[in-house]
Amino acid sequence: MPTVSLSGVSKSFAGQEALHEVALTIEAGQRVALLGHNGAGKSTLMKIILGLLPPDSGDIRVLDAPAGSAAARAGVAYLPENVAFHPALSALEQIRLYLRLRGQSPDQAAPLLARVGLSDAAGRRIGTYSKGMRQRVGLAQALIGRPRLLVLDEPTSGLDPVSRHDFYTILDRLALEGAAILLSSHALSEVAARTDRIVILSRGRVMADDTLAGLRRRAALPTRIQIAARPDTADRVAGRLAAGRRNGVMVELDCAGEDKIDRLADITAMAALIDDLEVIPPSLDDIYNHFSRRAHP
Amino acid sequence: MKAILPLAMSEVRIALRNRWVAIIIATMVLFSLALAAAGNAPTGVAGIDRLSVTVASLTGLAVYLVPLVALLMGFDAIAGEVERGTLGLMLSYPVSRATLLLAKLMAHLGILALALALGFGSAAIVGFATDASALAGLSALLRLFWSALLLGACFLGLGYGISAIAGRPGPAAGLAIGVWLVLIVLYDLVLLAAVVADDGGRFTSDLFSWFLLANPADAFRLFNFGASGAAALASGVGGAAGVIPPLWALISIALWPFAAFLLALAAFRKVVP
Ligand SMILES: Nc1ncnc2c1ncn2[C@@H]1O[C@H](COP(=O)(O)OP(=O)(O)OP(=O)(O)O)[C@@H](O)[C@H]1O
Ligand SMILES: [Mg+2]
Repeated sequence: MPTVSLSGVSKSFAGQEALHEVALTIEAGQRVALLGHNGAGKSTLMKIILGLLPPDSGDIRVLDAPAGSAAARAGVAYLPENVAFHPALSALEQIRLYLRLRGQSPDQAAPLLARVGLSDAAGRRIGTYSKGMRQRVGLAQALIGRPRLLVLDEPTSGLDPVSRHDFYTILDRLALEGAAILLSSHALSEVAARTDRIVILSRGRVMADDTLAGLRRRAALPTRIQIAARPDTADRVAGRLAAGRRNGVMVELDCAGEDKIDRLADITAMAALIDDLEVIPPSLDDIYNHFSRRAHP
Repeated sequence: MKAILPLAMSEVRIALRNRWVAIIIATMVLFSLALAAAGNAPTGVAGIDRLSVTVASLTGLAVYLVPLVALLMGFDAIAGEVERGTLGLMLSYPVSRATLLLAKLMAHLGILALALALGFGSAAIVGFATDASALAGLSALLRLFWSALLLGACFLGLGYGISAIAGRPGPAAGLAIGVWLVLIVLYDLVLLAAVVADDGGRFTSDLFSWFLLANPADAFRLFNFGASGAAALASGVGGAAGVIPPLWALISIALWPFAAFLLALAAFRKVVP
């Protein structure tokens, strides 16, 4: 039984479609990244999985229970985007409350905050915290009581690179212990190495749902070859390869993945005319743009 | 339901930090002391002890102040959490909306009870210190205390309802002041104007009492003046206390808190975080 399974989920706001026939399953122990531009429907999808927002149509099961039911909520942790905890409370007080709500001992508050690197400021009012510190309070509450599903809406926004790294290390541990994780982000480059599967939403539609390798294959984006010719040979090189030219000596050509070796052979055959050469595979941003732009007319 | 106590304690802590508790207590104590001091002046009404006189003026004060304070505590309860984004988070926990609202009610009512106890208590001390027969007014003061709490619970519920319907703290604050003006100030003015225009007709004889009972603030006034037999001290709408049985007024102020809470809960259930 998957931890989350949804099919045919659609949701409109005042006639504007935010989600269209979305299907998604997440198994225990899987880390799934949800990517998409602003307004793609990431937060809406998460709220529907949490049962905070009723979908217009579609089926959703969370932990083998209806979304938002007591059984589902008991095993699900959530980090909303832009959450602002009450500025008058300290992180310790806030986390103690959340622990009690999950039926856990409030004594765990200090260790939890230490885990997200907030020990020093834990007793201070949240109103005095920096953006990243506030985000960590949110992370700490999401770690309470061994959740079986974590729904994290832009969890790393406001975190510095070191904290991001620490955060993903915490997630890895949770996933190894069998928790399913759904997190949203704007950058494929950030989540590519730290998640098992990538779901790309565009205008409420699932454009891709695959591993990074699968996405790479399906996108079939061209590899770029940059050749540094000699000043007097650039024209000849470009002519023979039927490629474009840039700033005097650079010759550039794009080729499909399977043609790469043949093209390289063509180039090395002209070794005498060439100074240097660089092979640039499609970047993660290119792959992301490929899928997230496809829906746009 | 186990979540109620920690939630309520957290609300109390927030109210303490925001100086709400201090402001409300200071207001209640200062007004009560001022009225107690005024109650020491000769009244000209024979056979009534000074504390009873003070209770009559405290009733007049509570009718304005308790709903105002309750609405001010209540209007942010849901709208504030929506704005901060904490409502969605809270509702992802295994906590029901009813529990959440009950916890807030518990906290706010507790704060109100403390402020009223301190305010009315200080008035009682002044009364006892200056009039040996003040004990006669004690039961009226106690009645005033618990009926003011019922009035407060009613307007807390209305405040939560406003908060849920408005959705944002700004509009909710405006709506709360509007409801206060309408229910506490305008309502009586319109009723009195209608009585004057009616000139002793059907409205005055049949409907007037029901309209008074329907408004929790008027019912509160009727109950306290009627039950204490201090109608002589009352003015305006309170003068009607002589004709309407206090029991009816009591039923009204006892039912209103439940109605208001259920109303608020129904509105809260419609709020999408
Ligand atoms: N409560 C709402 N009322 C009306 N429209 C809404 C509401 N919530 C979301 N939308 C609309 O639904 C669409 C998807 O919004 P959503 O918040 O899910 O986007 P997102 O992918 O999370 O974007 P971002 O990256 O900016 O957080 C947007 O067009 C948004 O305007
Ligand atoms: Mg979002």
